Amino acid sequence: MTTLQKVRQRAESDARSRGYYLNPDLQFLENLLEGLKQNEERYDYPSCPCRISSGTFEVDRDIICPCDYRDADVEEYGYCYCALYVRKDVSEGKTPIRPIPERRPREKQERAYAVSAETSTEKLAERTAAFVDKPSEAKMKMWYCKQCGYVCFREEPPYICPICKAKREMFDEIRLKADTRDVA
Amino acid sequence: MRTTKVPGENNKHRVLMYALSTCGWCKRAKRLLRDNSIEYEYIDVDLCSMEDRERIRRDILSRGGRLSYPTIIVDDTILITSFQEDRIREALEI
Repeated sequence: MTTLQKVRQRAESDARSRGYYLNPDLQFLENLLEGLKQNEERYDYPSCPCRISSGTFEVDRDIICPCDYRDADVEEYGYCYCALYVRKDVSEGKTPIRPIPERRPREKQERAYAVSAETSTEKLAERTAAFVDKPSEAKMKMWYCKQCGYVCFREEPPYICPICKAKREMFDEIRLKADTRDVA
Repeated sequence: MRTTKVPGENNKHRVLMYALSTCGWCKRAKRLLRDNSIEYEYIDVDLCSMEDRERIRRDILSRGGRLSYPTIIVDDTILITSFQEDRIREALEI
């Protein structure tokens, strides 16, 4: 079972590894960690407490904490969307924390709803399956980091390489071609 | 769609909040209303059925809002996206 302590330690360790800090408002921080814990218990993965999850891993992958948008948000605003991770100046109280705009594309947000009220239960299951299948069949690509060689399989390259911290621009798509020539 | 009503002495405005049960900003918004004795209704969208989620999505978008939480609707006319404390205070005259 996930404990609050475990969630806190994971966040602290991740913040340390990136040179970030956790939200200095202890009550706010406690609420976020509790939200992450609840999401992990509910969905089996700690999706962002301040975003709505679909409950399907493939669909929520980009908002599993630390989310794909964290680094870009910390760089631009000083803290991430839910304000769990903050920059040094923010942790020292030099920059105030206010809600920031959502960077996650609207089409991805919509997948957490993705069902019309008139849809029957069977159709609901079909549509959920369609959303899950779509990325793997049509949109999923292989990406590699030109700096360290890290490879991932997802719709878009990450904002920042999780291994060497290179920016998104350093990622290139791997295109596999089958060689059909006869081997001599 | 079932909303939860929070009683308060100040019921000058009709306040509806779409929130997430896990969200720090939503908790802060609820606290602001509570501390100012504002009567309001809320729905934790993450705990709703998919059908209700879809109704809420349509309601927010039809009012020109965005799918961010909290979304606060005052007197059925003013929509405030995210915890914008100044705008909430202005709309509720607190």
